[in-house]
Amino acid sequence: MAEVAAIPTSRGPADDVVDPEAYVRVDAKGVAHLHLLVENLHCGKCVQAIEGALRPRPDVTEARVNMTTRRLALSWHAAAAGAAELLAPVTALGYRLVPFNPAALESNAAEQDRMLLRCVAVAGFAAANVMLLSVSVWAGAFSDDMGPATRDFLHWISALIALPAVAYAGRPFFRSAAAVLRRGATNMDVPISLAVLLAAGMSLQQTIVSGPHAYFDASVTLLFFLLIGRYLDRRARSRARDAAEQLMLLGAVAATVIEPDGQRRARPVGAVRPGMVVAVAPGDRLPVDGRVRTGRSTVDTSLVTGETMPLSVRPGTDVFAGTLNLDAPLEVTVTAAGEGTLLAEIVRLIEAAAQGRDRYVRLADRFSRVYAPAVHLLAAGAFGGWLLFGGLAWQPALMIAVAVLIITCPCALGLAVPAVQVVASGRLMRRGVLVKAADGLERLADADMVVFDKTGTLTVGRPELTNRRDLSDADLTIAASLAVASRHPLARALSRAAGPVPLRDGVRETAGMGLAAPVDGGEVRLGNAAWCAVTATDETASGSELWLRRPGAEPVRFAFEDRLRDDAAAAVDALRRRGLAVELLSGDRAPVVAAVADRLGIAHWSAACLPADKVARLEALASAGRRVLMVGDGLNDAPALAAAHASMSPAEAADISRTAADFVFQGRRLTPIVETLDLSRRARRLVLQNFALALAYNVIAVPIALAGLVTPLIAAVAMSSSSLIVTLNALRLRRGGIRAEPEAGR
Amino acid sequence: MTGLAYLIPVALFLGLLGLAAFLWALRSGQYDDLDGAAHRILFDDEDRPDG
Repeated sequence: MAEVAAIPTSRGPADDVVDPEAYVRVDAKGVAHLHLLVENLHCGKCVQAIEGALRPRPDVTEARVNMTTRRLALSWHAAAAGAAELLAPVTALGYRLVPFNPAALESNAAEQDRMLLRCVAVAGFAAANVMLLSVSVWAGAFSDDMGPATRDFLHWISALIALPAVAYAGRPFFRSAAAVLRRGATNMDVPISLAVLLAAGMSLQQTIVSGPHAYFDASVTLLFFLLIGRYLDRRARSRARDAAEQLMLLGAVAATVIEPDGQRRARPVGAVRPGMVVAVAPGDRLPVDGRVRTGRSTVDTSLVTGETMPLSVRPGTDVFAGTLNLDAPLEVTVTAAGEGTLLAEIVRLIEAAAQGRDRYVRLADRFSRVYAPAVHLLAAGAFGGWLLFGGLAWQPALMIAVAVLIITCPCALGLAVPAVQVVASGRLMRRGVLVKAADGLERLADADMVVFDKTGTLTVGRPELTNRRDLSDADLTIAASLAVASRHPLARALSRAAGPVPLRDGVRETAGMGLAAPVDGGEVRLGNAAWCAVTATDETASGSELWLRRPGAEPVRFAFEDRLRDDAAAAVDALRRRGLAVELLSGDRAPVVAAVADRLGIAHWSAACLPADKVARLEALASAGRRVLMVGDGLNDAPALAAAHASMSPAEAADISRTAADFVFQGRRLTPIVETLDLSRRARRLVLQNFALALAYNVIAVPIALAGLVTPLIAAVAMSSSSLIVTLNALRLRRGGIRAEPEAGR
Repeated sequence: MTGLAYLIPVALFLGLLGLAAFLWALRSGQYDDLDGAAHRILFDDEDRPDG
């Protein structure tokens, strides 16, 4: 009655990847160019292996892997070989390659990064050389033996360097300021632009009239410091952008369509229409939503629903994109593809949820909302006050206003906040935590509640044998000799528990039922209760047990459970001690969720949640004023991850969840969550301290500037020292342990 | 003071040289993959030029 499939099934690498031929560009010289995303690139070794597999071929002219963006650029003589042939050795190494069109992807963001770096270089060059000349002027003024002619000469050279540098390197600020002014608002870039432009302009005027003071050095040094801060900030953001692009590329997975004439062809998922028939090999993810036409198999839905135990499917069963086919080949009639699938629905939920998060305003921005208008008022007040009541002409009055702008310029802040960010990200990176959202650390520091997913987050996400002690070694070895033949999660758990066992001869798998092999006097069977003719079973246990039946012996039961991560209890306790409420939201069945919640002492839990239910719960919590940290790994968690105030997911999570999360942590432990929380709180303290330092500095320096006592020398010293202090303060984050509780490792 | 006449141009020239070198490195893609560059130095078999 059941369809019997031969095992194991092998498949060619070409089956699950879009044909790269369509993405090859051949130039006029007959050289072909191809760009590919390497999906599972981890380290330098991978770079070496991939390049080593391609470069020895004489027809390959370029093969270079970019480790930052995980992309491979390949060029070869088009006449010599086809793309598929060239890439075969790389695919054989186990790397999945996804071709892409660089023109479609290469947003101008990369070009903006490079332009920012050029601005930093130009400003740095100008700052160093103008400072060289300014120090000479100050030394001359101090020793009183520099003639006005020499001074003016040095000022003119400074002007020659500083004015083009300001015009070139100041553009990022000028553009942003102009854009915000057109909207009738103001941001920190407005006083920055004003300070830089006015300082340069007034210094030029002073140079022309042979005045003693020129602020060229202040003007370019200010730009240099601020540009460094801007560049650091941007690098943090571009990592997040790369991750998003990566996800877009992964959408390029192919579906094997069975044409009406019986031919099988790999097509991009976007070209698949409802009504077509798609073949899914065992071990592949379903590319579309559909109904099974032929074949019986089991499907692992854990990434989509959070359900631990695989589902049996037969002709007529509905299956969903993103689930994993385990046992046997399936033919699926497509009911929805691309935009219509459950996967696309989840993406839409994510996008909707992420909009709420855009409303979050970063600390630095909140600070500058108050600071920017205050600075404008002060400078305008200084100019008006000295002009009207101080009896000064407009030039000296304007010089004082310029001095106020330079002194109050948030150079220290522009540098110190990104510095805290970079140091924190670097430390977390070394602990295996990737910071993906630029403002993730700030949002995490606010969290007062944590919501966990169960499967794959609190638990390891795969079943493990639990009743090893009740089993004899002989039973286990026999069962394992059958189980090694199967991809079913329970069979795999059994082989893991038994260690290496040779495969028995003649094992056959019946999809959805179990395994059988001939022995003396009959057949040995391993599978579900029905397969082994066992009747008296506990209903709730079905799906988490296997039975072994040998001729002439009592059937033996193997029980399985998705085990908690080793430090789950310790991590939950540590979070609770930090004042966070803990809740559990799972897509799994209620008894399983209740057991886990009970063992971890989590009072609030919900089971059988759909993705939209999780989002609804998070929104309810948010409107109750809670700031929630969501930790989850499944496809079904992705919208919730995007909706939460802050979010983390383990590195084994679904691609889409890792993309939606602010942080991704590696390893089998949950302690990194606690460490990241601690570090984020320390980072916030440092940022607030830096604000306080900057304010204290202003309280001292602004009255001096308002009084008109600031000379270029004083401005330079004040600016550099305040920047230095806040940067050193930011660097304190490098020191001191991340206080992960020692008992967390228990 | 005559020293200034050649010392300043020399200083500026050297500075511009550094700036030009940096811009050239940036343009030729040497800042595109900083993570990869950190690992490449450890490869022992890359003693032939690309291609």
